[in-house]
Amino acid sequence: MAGSTLEIKDLHVEIEGEEILKGVNLTIKGGEFHAVMGPNGTGKSTLASAVMGHPKYEITQGEIYLDGEDVLEMEVDERAQAGLFLAMQYPSEISGVTTSDFLRSSINSQREEGDEIPLMQFIKDMDSKLDTLEIDKNMAQRYLNEGFSGGEKKRNEILQLMMLQPAIAILDEIDSGLDIDALKVVSKGINEMRSDDFGCLIITHYQRLLDYITPDYVHVMMQGRVVKSGGPELAQRLEAEGYDWIKEELGIDDETVGQEA
Amino acid sequence: MAVDTQLPFDKDYVANYSDKRNEPVWFKDIRQKAIDLADDLPMPNPEKTRIKNWNFTDFEHDVAGSDIQSFDELPEKIRVLLGENVEDRNLIVVRNNDVAYAQLSDDLKAKGVIFEDIFTAMNEHSDLVQKYFMQDGVSIDENKLTARHAALMNSGIFLYVPKNVVIEEPIQVVFWQEDDRAALFNHVLLVADEHSQVTYVENYVSNNDETETVANIVSEVFALDGAKVSYGAVDNFAQGTTSYVNRRGHVERDATLEWALGQMNDGHTLSENVTNLVGDNSLSHAKAVSVGRGNQKQDFTANIRHWGLASEGYILQHGVMKDNAASIFNGIGKVENGATKANAEQESRVLMLSEGSRGDANPILLIDEDDVTAGHAASVGRVDPIQLYYLMSRGISQQEAERLVIHGFLAPVVREIPIETVQSQLREVIEGKVY
Repeated sequence: MAGSTLEIKDLHVEIEGEEILKGVNLTIKGGEFHAVMGPNGTGKSTLASAVMGHPKYEITQGEIYLDGEDVLEMEVDERAQAGLFLAMQYPSEISGVTTSDFLRSSINSQREEGDEIPLMQFIKDMDSKLDTLEIDKNMAQRYLNEGFSGGEKKRNEILQLMMLQPAIAILDEIDSGLDIDALKVVSKGINEMRSDDFGCLIITHYQRLLDYITPDYVHVMMQGRVVKSGGPELAQRLEAEGYDWIKEELGIDDETVGQEA
Repeated sequence: MAVDTQLPFDKDYVANYSDKRNEPVWFKDIRQKAIDLADDLPMPNPEKTRIKNWNFTDFEHDVAGSDIQSFDELPEKIRVLLGENVEDRNLIVVRNNDVAYAQLSDDLKAKGVIFEDIFTAMNEHSDLVQKYFMQDGVSIDENKLTARHAALMNSGIFLYVPKNVVIEEPIQVVFWQEDDRAALFNHVLLVADEHSQVTYVENYVSNNDETETVANIVSEVFALDGAKVSYGAVDNFAQGTTSYVNRRGHVERDATLEWALGQMNDGHTLSENVTNLVGDNSLSHAKAVSVGRGNQKQDFTANIRHWGLASEGYILQHGVMKDNAASIFNGIGKVENGATKANAEQESRVLMLSEGSRGDANPILLIDEDDVTAGHAASVGRVDPIQLYYLMSRGISQQEAERLVIHGFLAPVVREIPIETVQSQLREVIEGKVY
């Protein structure tokens, strides 16, 4: 089976009355890794949250399709069941719910009733992924994200990604707060996901993550839009020269949202 | 609805009731004194809950329950609490007001453990019962309802664990109000002698969704020097029962008392759980969960009073409110002068699931000593939409996500309930009440 396609068309998003995204266009296909880069405050995380259906973000214009299905018509859980996944920058802490129970509920929510994952298979699967991500096995029995360090939360997001095997994943600054060793481990997990059936949108403002995960396409966001797209060489140039040359090229003084070109 | 505040029972009735049961003179005297006090004393006066219109007087007092010949005759609701291998358990089932089944292992009997109907104990172990019954725990004259309790007590359990006896297996009592009109004036007296250990779990069950009646429950728990008592309860009276629940602990030197209370009544409930940390280095955890639904009104007080040096008290109350239910959660930590190095901590949290529900958490710290540690946390709020978003983003439905959040919210207390079958039953009761 060929992979899925996520199409984002002319997406405009507001939060509390302020427009953050001002017409984003992006298409991600199975087998492709896209990186969205850009300085802070340019709308990268808003894009991720809006696609997943965060309750605080209001879509005022534009469309999102997953394999031709209208994502904006779907509830958050339906988006996940359709194959979308968001590794969050600030995942919630859920007291009293173990990571393991949560994962099993998540997996079963995407299977037919009566076809729940057998417990032994689940444990085996989880254990091997905990090993890959070099996570202490005790974490599975701890309450979801409660008292986790920043690094543990990020690894837990990638654990969920690997367990749920979505068609399209968005990783929202999965590298922030990770030391270099943790970054390598997390990257290894993400690279293991690579296949024709898996498309990925990696949001970051550091080039260093892309040393470990090579993107096929690189996009730069400024002022709530994708202002430049290219191949992996674009990321390398950004690392070498920063963002100023793009701003100059496009005549942008202040790249953050709320400023007009 | 107009409600009578006076009881339809007089001194003669109470005297006859005593005689019928062959009660010892000292207890007959207590009842006589109590019925007089019941006329004069005021009702309890919870600060933020109006109990004026609650039914405290309309009930049947003297309803017998027959013995249980076989566990198969018990309703499903009771059987699930007992689980497998019932015959091997230390268990009493009280049906209406009478003990219908009682079992205590020969081993524990040989060690001097007493676990029986409180009326039997009054005759067989009169001195012991008299020494503790409504003396240093709950007093008869605290209010109208404690006096009524003593006057009309129609059910009860006495559990005595001798010095140095450690009971590994939990002791269980199920109070089953089979008769919809039968009131339960129930007294649990638990004495853990020096350096003994015991785990006690009780369930209250009734089915009177429509019919009105009353439950008036007093538990007195004494943990003598070095004793460890774990006290679990699941209260599950039906909507027709108005409950007054007064659970009191008295904890002596180096002793521990752990409360884990599942307060799952469907009727109006006034509940106070007071623990007196009398001895030095005494310790208590008072954990309670509650779910309110319908038009239920409830008032919960958890109060730990510190007298002993370096005594430690931890209150944890979590409540979930739905429909038009209203609940008050009072947490009181009182450190008396001289209780140096005491630690009084408390946390009360209320989760509201509907627009019409009301919850109130009142943390109170009263400190008459300089060298202490104390802290409180309280919150009242709704299910966090960001938490739901996170769970749903993994494919979990909104309903399932709410269920996870609510169970998680109540888990810190639920997982402390000592018997596995009772714990899973509590989870089911929560499930039933929340959805």
